[in-house]
Amino acid sequence: MSNVTRFYKSSLGKKYVMALTGFALFGFVIAHMAGNLQIFLGPESINAYAAFLKSKPGLLWAARIGLLAVVILHITAAIQLVRINRRARPVGYNDNKVVASSLAQRTIFMSGLIILAFIIYHLLHFTFGATNPDYLQYHDPLGRHDVYRMMIAGFSNVWVSIFYIIAMGLLCLHLSHGVTSMFQSLGLRRKAITRSLNLFARTMALLIFTGNVAIVVAVLTGLVK
Amino acid sequence: MTMKLDAKTPSGPLADRWSKYRQEAKLVNPANKRKFDIIVVGSGLAGASAAATLAELGYNVKCFCFQDSPRRAHSIAAQGGINAAKNYQNDGDSVYRLFYDTIKGGDFRARESNVHRLAEVSVNIIDQCVAQGVPFAREYGGLLANRSFGGAQVSRTFYARGQTGQQLLLGAYQALERQIHLGTVKMYTRTEMLELVIIDGHAKGIVARDLVTGEISSHAGDAVVLATGGYGNVFYLSTNAKGCNVTATFRAYKKGAAFANPCYTQIHPTCIPVSGDHQSKLTLMSESLRNDGRVWVPKKKGDARKPHEIPENERDYYLERKYPSYGNLAPRDISSRAAKEACDAGLGVGPGGLGVYLDFADAIKRLGEDRIRERYGNLFEMYERITGESAYEQPMRIYPAIHYTMGGLWVDYNLMSNVPGLYVIGEANFSDHGANRLGASALMQGLADGYFILPYTISDYFVTAKQPKPSTSHSEFKKAEDEVAARTKKLLSIKGKRTVADFHRELGKLMWDKCGMARNEAGLKEAMARIPQLRQEFWENVNILGGDLELNPALEHAGRLADFMEFAELLCYDALTREESCGGHFREEHQTEDGEALRDDDRFAYVSAWEYQGPGNLPLLHKEPLVYEEVKMSQRSYK
Amino acid sequence: MNLKLRVWRQKNGSTPGKFVEYQAPNIVPEMSFLEMLDVVNEELTRRGEDPIAFDHDCREGICGTCGLVINGVAHGPLSATTTCQLHMRSFKDGDTIVIEPWRARPFPVIKDLVVDRGSFDRIIQSGGYVSVNTGGTPDANAIPVPKTVSDVAMDAAACIACGACVAACKNASAMLFVSAKVAHLNILPQGQVEKERRVLNMVTAMDEEGFGNCTNIGSCEAVCPKEIHLDFISQMNREYAKALIKRGK
Ligand SMILES: Cc1cc2nc3c(=O)[nH]c(=O)nc-3n(C[C@H](O)[C@H](O)[C@H](O)COP(=O)(O)OP(=O)(O)OC[C@H]3O[C@@H](n4cnc5c(N)ncnc54)[C@H](O)[C@@H]3O)c2cc1C
Ligand code: HEM
Ligand code: HEM
Ligand code: SF4
Ligand code: F3S
Ligand code: FES
Repeated sequence: MSNVTRFYKSSLGKKYVMALTGFALFGFVIAHMAGNLQIFLGPESINAYAAFLKSKPGLLWAARIGLLAVVILHITAAIQLVRINRRARPVGYNDNKVVASSLAQRTIFMSGLIILAFIIYHLLHFTFGATNPDYLQYHDPLGRHDVYRMMIAGFSNVWVSIFYIIAMGLLCLHLSHGVTSMFQSLGLRRKAITRSLNLFARTMALLIFTGNVAIVVAVLTGLVK
Repeated sequence: MTMKLDAKTPSGPLADRWSKYRQEAKLVNPANKRKFDIIVVGSGLAGASAAATLAELGYNVKCFCFQDSPRRAHSIAAQGGINAAKNYQNDGDSVYRLFYDTIKGGDFRARESNVHRLAEVSVNIIDQCVAQGVPFAREYGGLLANRSFGGAQVSRTFYARGQTGQQLLLGAYQALERQIHLGTVKMYTRTEMLELVIIDGHAKGIVARDLVTGEISSHAGDAVVLATGGYGNVFYLSTNAKGCNVTATFRAYKKGAAFANPCYTQIHPTCIPVSGDHQSKLTLMSESLRNDGRVWVPKKKGDARKPHEIPENERDYYLERKYPSYGNLAPRDISSRAAKEACDAGLGVGPGGLGVYLDFADAIKRLGEDRIRERYGNLFEMYERITGESAYEQPMRIYPAIHYTMGGLWVDYNLMSNVPGLYVIGEANFSDHGANRLGASALMQGLADGYFILPYTISDYFVTAKQPKPSTSHSEFKKAEDEVAARTKKLLSIKGKRTVADFHRELGKLMWDKCGMARNEAGLKEAMARIPQLRQEFWENVNILGGDLELNPALEHAGRLADFMEFAELLCYDALTREESCGGHFREEHQTEDGEALRDDDRFAYVSAWEYQGPGNLPLLHKEPLVYEEVKMSQRSYK
Repeated sequence: MNLKLRVWRQKNGSTPGKFVEYQAPNIVPEMSFLEMLDVVNEELTRRGEDPIAFDHDCREGICGTCGLVINGVAHGPLSATTTCQLHMRSFKDGDTIVIEPWRARPFPVIKDLVVDRGSFDRIIQSGGYVSVNTGGTPDANAIPVPKTVSDVAMDAAACIACGACVAACKNASAMLFVSAKVAHLNILPQGQVEKERRVLNMVTAMDEEGFGNCTNIGSCEAVCPKEIHLDFISQMNREYAKALIKRGK
């Protein structure tokens, strides 16, 4: 058996894949949020940023494919691990409480699944324009795709915004456990740093939540028009 | 059958005997070793170390234990430590000193040659355990730490926190599991040996019951090794694990193996007292507590006041009073008996008046609570978990309890019983501790037997005995299986009114009262009259539900109790016939004016080896005289 | 005090089980939990009902034989305490106590509250030892071991293989148990030689037994009677990857 298959076949190997892909996704979410927050700098800034990304199709597609692979790996490993775990306890307890656990820990798979649903919707919404084909026709005076206007249009719909906010809440939950878990899975957590690590995870999760939701709320309240 | 007791001790200077033996021992050719099947019953320190080592040498081993894993054998409970004559502390220890201390501690009732060999191999044990990864305590310099234990004048005790037995057993267990993995040992867990099979005078196998399915099976071997531990649970309440039993050794006894010195039982002075009728076992608190605790009882009978309300001048610090030089550190048996005397006089404290105070108030005043917490924090926690009382705020209550049994099947220098091919190691044999075992010496003996002695001595038997290969198709196996099945059926068919535990409690109380810390002729005779009645009632009125082809804990317990019921009589008889006091055996008729044990070397410097004479008959006594060539017998004094 | 028990009863591994209610009258706070069950069993026997089977041996918290899920918590409400060391003063008059066996596929029920933990032994067989034969070992003081190292090894070696970590883990993962053994041996100089082989083989054995994997929840640490901590899991994760990389070369 080659080392790679042995690695992936083992539970620890799959956890490594979860952690490394989780780390990549974590990085993407931060970067993506940083990009999107440019909405507060006005249309010029964000549209230019979007156009800049699209001006390098090679890089863009490499990143997209990489991202897709990461998401698929993260999800495949997650599903495989969850199946093993369900099989490991065929008969449950009278009261299936989980000692010394947090909500985030217990719901990590569910929050992940809903985030997946969100991602699919989100791509249909903004990237493929499947829900609102006219979004892709928005152009700014310079002829660039008017991402600024698209976002404002998108979040003007209260229901869409609510869904985004809920999804961001779940992402926050997912990361509040995921980030510490990632360190543990990679063998980097120690008792001495646990408290700082937990703090870091929660802060990051909260920052991501606040940053992303700020965009939605800003549009909804008319702060950004 | 007439019994021959030949100790087979090598001749020559004591210190050279073991090396001489090893040089002359007959060896089995490596290629032939796998042709020999060895059955090891027990997976404690003795059994696991023996099974692993024999398998490493190339023998085919089958190992049995009644727990669900070999790692749970009772050896796991040992706390204090293990002795070895390493002299790492440069404080004057030597093989000779350890040998001498063990002989003296055993009150001159052990065999010199065996004990000297034990002291010799003690040093190898520590090397072996460290190589296995046993995490013994260490000094900052990285070398092994030692402490002095049980009144020894040198620091020769190695320890792993308060879990020495556990760590040593894990070392042996891991070695055993490694051999299981290699296919050289076949392990039978949750399997209880219920009969020894002897063919043409040689031990050739066992009959065992699978405790999960109830299936009875035969196992043939070229030799059988019993490593089944001690029989302390004949007293019902003891510091032993609930499953400890005499069954394996007692069934061997009934098949002709001699049982030696059953009356040598050891009491531990600092256990947590009984809290009510529900009590199922007793918990030992480390003796180290006596370094800082002061033992006392109220001077007034039935004093119902809380301990701190009793003024200093109304307390009797009886150990300090009676033994001014040793005080609270008086040896185990002396302080145990002193506690019993106080309680018998109606001065005991706590529920039922069976307890004395071990008070830390002075130590806390002197050293501060933090220092005490540092030293005994774990023990105080354990005490609080069990009693719900904080020993920082009120004195602990302690009482003696049965702890260890020095008696066991008689073995010669080869650790072979008088039945050829039947070896007995660890607490199950009688060999090395005489009438009293020193602290931290049982672990040493179990591992010495298993790692370093039996593997040498067993080959001698294979080479010289030249026995035919046994087969389970032999009629003796069938006979033994039938006996086991009939016994099981009989137990299940009684369907009487009393539970097994109920009978065990009654037997235990009787033994504790009449044959416990202090014994006398009248009491022993009374017990010997009562035991057969109780046994009869047991066989007529015990109630065991469930069937034989399933997991049935009550049935297991009943089988063990049935053997205790017979064994108890042997124990009392041995105690009755040993008309002296020595070590753990205290006969009230034989004491000095100040209540010290009075040995009678002229009449009793021998090992009592008992031969079974059939149901209803008293066993026959054989004497192995104890000859001391190296040491001179002396009387101990702790005044 | 008087208590009501809801106890899992199951004749054997192949028959389905169910909860049965029992009264436990006149229980005193000084009793241990297992002594309370002894009392109930004696009463059941007198009434001609099959007593409740449960595992136990030392009754002093060291052999690792006992283990019950008490009101949903492995080893019951007191932290760092085995079932046999739990006393009835942790409960109050009128309480209902639900008692269940360890639940995990690799721990099949044998009867009532007794499960088969042979899977733990098989994991040890795959590499939980130092491969030294008896004899021929160097002097015990030949290799100095820093006290800090041997203390950590001892922390890990304190595991009693009770299986509470598996019982409590939502994923029935044996990571705490396995990592404690790996840590105990891998940290000591004596265990270095087989370091990689040990962790690789033990993890494979653990997976093959059908235990779940660790999603870093920490219930195991919370119920562990010997306070084995999660650092050992982290350490094993690291050593596993290192071992694979090293072997790859
Ligand atoms: C609380 C306590 C603390 C102690 N502390 C110390 C200490 O600090 N230092 C020290 O030196 N000694 C100590 N001792 C004594 C020491 O632990 C024991 O004497 C020693 O461990 C016995 O080891 P063993 O291998 O002979 O038997 P055990 O460890 O008792 O093993 C017996 C084995 O036999 C098996 N068995 C029994 N009957 C059968 C049967 N019928 N069929 C199949 N299998 C059977 C069992 O399953 C078990 O595997 C202590 C004892 C106690 C009780
Ligand atoms: C942008 C999206 C996502 C990010 C940033 C993210 C991030 C993370 C991180 C950092 C971890 C910790 C890895 C570890 O424990 O080693 C993790 C774990 C996990 N994720 Fe995601 N994830 C995302 C999407 C998903 C999706 C779509 C799923 C769904 C199916 C999912 C399911 C899981 C599961 C089951 C775990 C395991 C939890 C654990 O081991 O503790 N995640 N995720
Ligand atoms: C409120 C928060 C968010 C906003 C406002 C937002 C906004 C956008 C916008 C405007 C685009 C289109 C960019 C373009 O076409 O030029 C986009 C693309 C994308 N977003 Fe988001 N996003 C948010 C949250 C997220 C989250 C949480 C994820 C992932 C978990 C995510 C994943 C993606 C992906 C994968 C793309 C496609 C990128 C590509 O073109 O390849 N987004 N987002
Ligand atoms: S890690 Fe703790 S809970 Fe798990 S088996 Fe060991 S002692 Fe029991
Ligand atoms: S509870 Fe289970 S998920 Fe991991 S941290 Fe403990 S094994
Ligand atoms: S019975 Fe031994 S740990 Fe509980």
